[in-house]
Amino acid sequence: MNSYKEKLFKVVTYTASMFTIVLLFGIIVSIFREGIPLFRVVSLKDFLGGLAWYPTHENPQFGIRTLLAGSVYVTLGALMVAIPLGLGSAIFVSEIARPRLRELAKPVIELLAGIPSVVYGLFGMAFLAPLIREWFNLDTGLNIFTSSIILGIMIVPIIASMSEDAISNVPKALREASYALGGTKWETIAKVVVPSAKSGIIGSVLLGFGRAIGETMVVLMVAGGSAQMPKSLFQSVRPMTSTIAAEMGETVVGDLHYRSLFAIAIVLFGITFLSNLITELVFLKRR
Amino acid sequence: MSKRKLTNHLGIGIIILTFLITVVFLIVFILRIFYKGYSVLSWEFLFSSPKEAMTAGGIYPAIVGTFWLTALSIALALPMGIMTAIYLKCFGRPWWFVKTVRIAINTLAGIPSIIYGLFGMAVFVNLLKLDVSLISGALTLAILALPVIINASEEALRQVPNEFREASLALGATERQTILKVLVPTALPNILTGAILAIGRVAGETAPIMFTAATFYTRILPKSLSDEVMALPYHIYALMTEGTNSAKQVPIAYGSALVLMILALAISAIAIYIRFQIRKKRKW
Amino acid sequence: MVKAQIRTEDLKLWFGENQVLKAVNIEIHRKLITAMIGPSGCGKSTLLRCFNRMNDLIPETRIKGKVMVDEENIYHPKANVTEIRTRVGMVFQKPNPFPKSIFKNVAYGVTIQGKLNKSETQDRVEKSLRDAWLWDEVKDRLHESAFSLSGGQQQRLCIARALANNPEVLLLDEPTSALDPQSTARIEELCLELKSRVTILIVTHNIAQAGRISDYAAFMYLGELVEFGETSKVFTVPQDKRTEAYLTGVFG
Repeated sequence: MNSYKEKLFKVVTYTASMFTIVLLFGIIVSIFREGIPLFRVVSLKDFLGGLAWYPTHENPQFGIRTLLAGSVYVTLGALMVAIPLGLGSAIFVSEIARPRLRELAKPVIELLAGIPSVVYGLFGMAFLAPLIREWFNLDTGLNIFTSSIILGIMIVPIIASMSEDAISNVPKALREASYALGGTKWETIAKVVVPSAKSGIIGSVLLGFGRAIGETMVVLMVAGGSAQMPKSLFQSVRPMTSTIAAEMGETVVGDLHYRSLFAIAIVLFGITFLSNLITELVFLKRR
Repeated sequence: MSKRKLTNHLGIGIIILTFLITVVFLIVFILRIFYKGYSVLSWEFLFSSPKEAMTAGGIYPAIVGTFWLTALSIALALPMGIMTAIYLKCFGRPWWFVKTVRIAINTLAGIPSIIYGLFGMAVFVNLLKLDVSLISGALTLAILALPVIINASEEALRQVPNEFREASLALGATERQTILKVLVPTALPNILTGAILAIGRVAGETAPIMFTAATFYTRILPKSLSDEVMALPYHIYALMTEGTNSAKQVPIAYGSALVLMILALAISAIAIYIRFQIRKKRKW
Repeated sequence: MVKAQIRTEDLKLWFGENQVLKAVNIEIHRKLITAMIGPSGCGKSTLLRCFNRMNDLIPETRIKGKVMVDEENIYHPKANVTEIRTRVGMVFQKPNPFPKSIFKNVAYGVTIQGKLNKSETQDRVEKSLRDAWLWDEVKDRLHESAFSLSGGQQQRLCIARALANNPEVLLLDEPTSALDPQSTARIEELCLELKSRVTILIVTHNIAQAGRISDYAAFMYLGELVEFGETSKVFTVPQDKRTEAYLTGVFG
C-alpha cells in the first residue's frame, strides 16, 4: 500500500529529472535537424570561412566569417571592459569597503544582474551611441566600441558577484599570515588573496564570456549590423546572435536562409558548450 | 620601503577607481532611464493601448502580455524544477544518472537565450503547430527558467539540516513523507526566493519570445493561450528598430523600459528581501 | 521467563572497509534502563542506531548478524522499516524539533500514519506532552514555533514526539550532552519515570549519569561489547580491566 506510493513518488520525480536530459537532447536535435541540411548545398569550409554573407541574394552566399568575427570582437571588447571593472569592484567590496558598504553592495550587485538586457540595449542605442558618434566624430555610434562598453557593463555584475564570492571565501588566516610577515594591503591582495581565489575568478570570467557571446538584444541594437570584417573599433559589425534575431523573421520555414540561421545557432551552441565545459573543468580541478 | 608604500597606494587607488567607474556608469544608466522614462509615465500610459502605429498611446497590452507569459512559464517550470531537485537531492542514485542530469542542467543554463527562441520556434510553433502564441512563448520561457529553479530548489533542500530528516525517519515516516512533510516545507521559502528571481529574469527576456509569442502591435488583450501577445521587452526593441517616427517612439521606449526595469528590480528586490528575512529569523 | 525485548546475535557492522561493531551479543531487558558507555568512537551510538535501523541512512554500511526486537529480526529483508521505527523511538544528541509548531511536532508521528482522527490526535498530543513533563509549560502556546522553547524544553519535546507513537523502546543517543545541568537532571528523572512504560536504552558519555539512572550497563570499547551486566555490579566489581580503567578515568 504505502510502498506503492513510495515507488510512484520516486518514479514521478525521476521522470521530472529525466526530462532535463530529454530537453537538452531536444534542443540539440532540433537545431541540428534544421541546420545540418544547409551543408548539402554549402560546404562547411565556405560556411565557416566565407567572407560573404548574402543570404537573400539571387545567388545567395552563406559565409559567416564576418559574423563570427563580429561576435568575437564584441565579446572580447566586453570582457576588456568587464574584467577590470568587475574584478576591481569585487576586490573593493570584499577587501577594502567597510562592512556596511559590503552588506549593501552584495544585494545591489545581484539586483543589477536582473536588469533586462533590452534596457541596456535601449540605453546604448538612444544615449551612448549618439555621444560616441559626436566625441569621435564618426558616421555612426553603433559599432564595436559602443556595444563592447554596454555589453561589458552588463556583465560586470556577473563577474563581480562570482569573484566576490571566491575572494571572500579565501580563509582569513592566509591574509593574517601575509600581514604578519609585513606585507602591505596591496601585496596581500595581489600576491595572496587573488591567487588563492584564482579558479573562482577564472570561472566568473568564463561565465561572463558565455553570457556576452550569447547575448542578443544588446548587440542587435547597438553593434550596427553590417556584415563586414571590421578595420577599426569604430566600425559596425553583425554578431551571430543578432544575425539570427534580425533575419529569422524574413525567412520561410525550411528554405536555405532559414537553415543557415540554424547552422549559425549550431556554431553558437558549440562555443557556449565548450566554454561551459572548460568552466566545469576549472571547478573540478579546484576540488 | 617608500616604493612599496607607493605601489600599495597606487594599487588600492586603482581598485577604488574601478569601483567608482562602475558605480558612476550604473548610476548614469539608471538615472537616464528613470529621467527619460518618468516624463512619459502616467496612469494613461500604463493602462491604455498603443495608438497611431505605436507613436502614441500606452503600453497596457504589453504589460498584460508580459504578465501572462511570465506567470504561465513559472507555473510550468516550478513543479518540474522542484521535483527534479527532490530527486537529485533526496534520492540521488544512480550516480551516473544524477551526474548526467547535472551536466544537462548546467548546459541548459549556459545556452544563449536566442537558441531557446529557435528551439521554441522549431518545436512549439512549427512542429506542434501551436503557432506564434502565448502558450508557445510560455513554454519556451519555462524551459529557460527551469535550470534556475532547479538549482535554487536543490540549494534550498541542501540547506535543510540532516537532523530533520533523521528525526522524521526515526519517527517511522517513509522517505516520501519525510520529503513532503518536512524537507520541502522547510526549504519552501528559499525555493520561492529562487522562483521569484527566475520570474525577474523571465519577464525581461526578449530573444526567446521574438519568434514564439511576441507581436509587434496589437490593440487587444490576449483572450486565449493561442493568441499572439505584446510583451514589454519586445515592445521596447520594436519601438527602437521598427516604425518610422523615431522622435515619437523613443520616449515611449524609455517609458516602457522604466516600467520593465522597475518590475524586474522590484521582483528581484522582493526575493532578496525575503531571503534576508529568512536568514535573520532562521534558528536551524 | 520474559524474553528479552531486544537481542542481538553476532552483530557485525562495517562503514566501508572499517569494522565498527565486532560480533556484539547483547540482551536488553524489558522496561528497564540500559546504559551504554565507552569512549568516543567505541561504537555505542552505532549499536544504538542498529536497533531502529537508522544506520541504513549511512551509505556503504554493511551489516551481518541479527537484531531481534520481540523475537523478530528487524534486519530481515522483508522487515517493515517504518513500522520498526514507530515501535522503537529515538531521541538524538542535539534537540531536533521540526521548524513547525509545538503541536505539529508532537502530532507528526500519528499524522503520517493517519490512523487517528482530530480529537484523538489532540488527546494523544496532550498525553505525550504530559508524559514528557512539558504540558504545563506549553499548553497555552501549542501553536507557537518549537524553536521558541529552551534547549531543555526542546529535548523534552523530542521525547514527547517519540512517545506519541506509543513506542515499546526508546533509544536515547546522548540526550543531555547539549543541555545545562538543570535540564539534564529533569531528563534523568523523566527517564526513571518512563521506564514503567517503555524500555529505555541510553548512550551516554557521562559515567555518573549511567550510574544514577541505569539498571543495566554495557561497556563498549573499539567496537566490542566488553562488559554487560547490572549497573551496580559493573560499576563496583568490573570483570574486565578495560572497564575498570575506563570507570576510574584512565582513558575516555
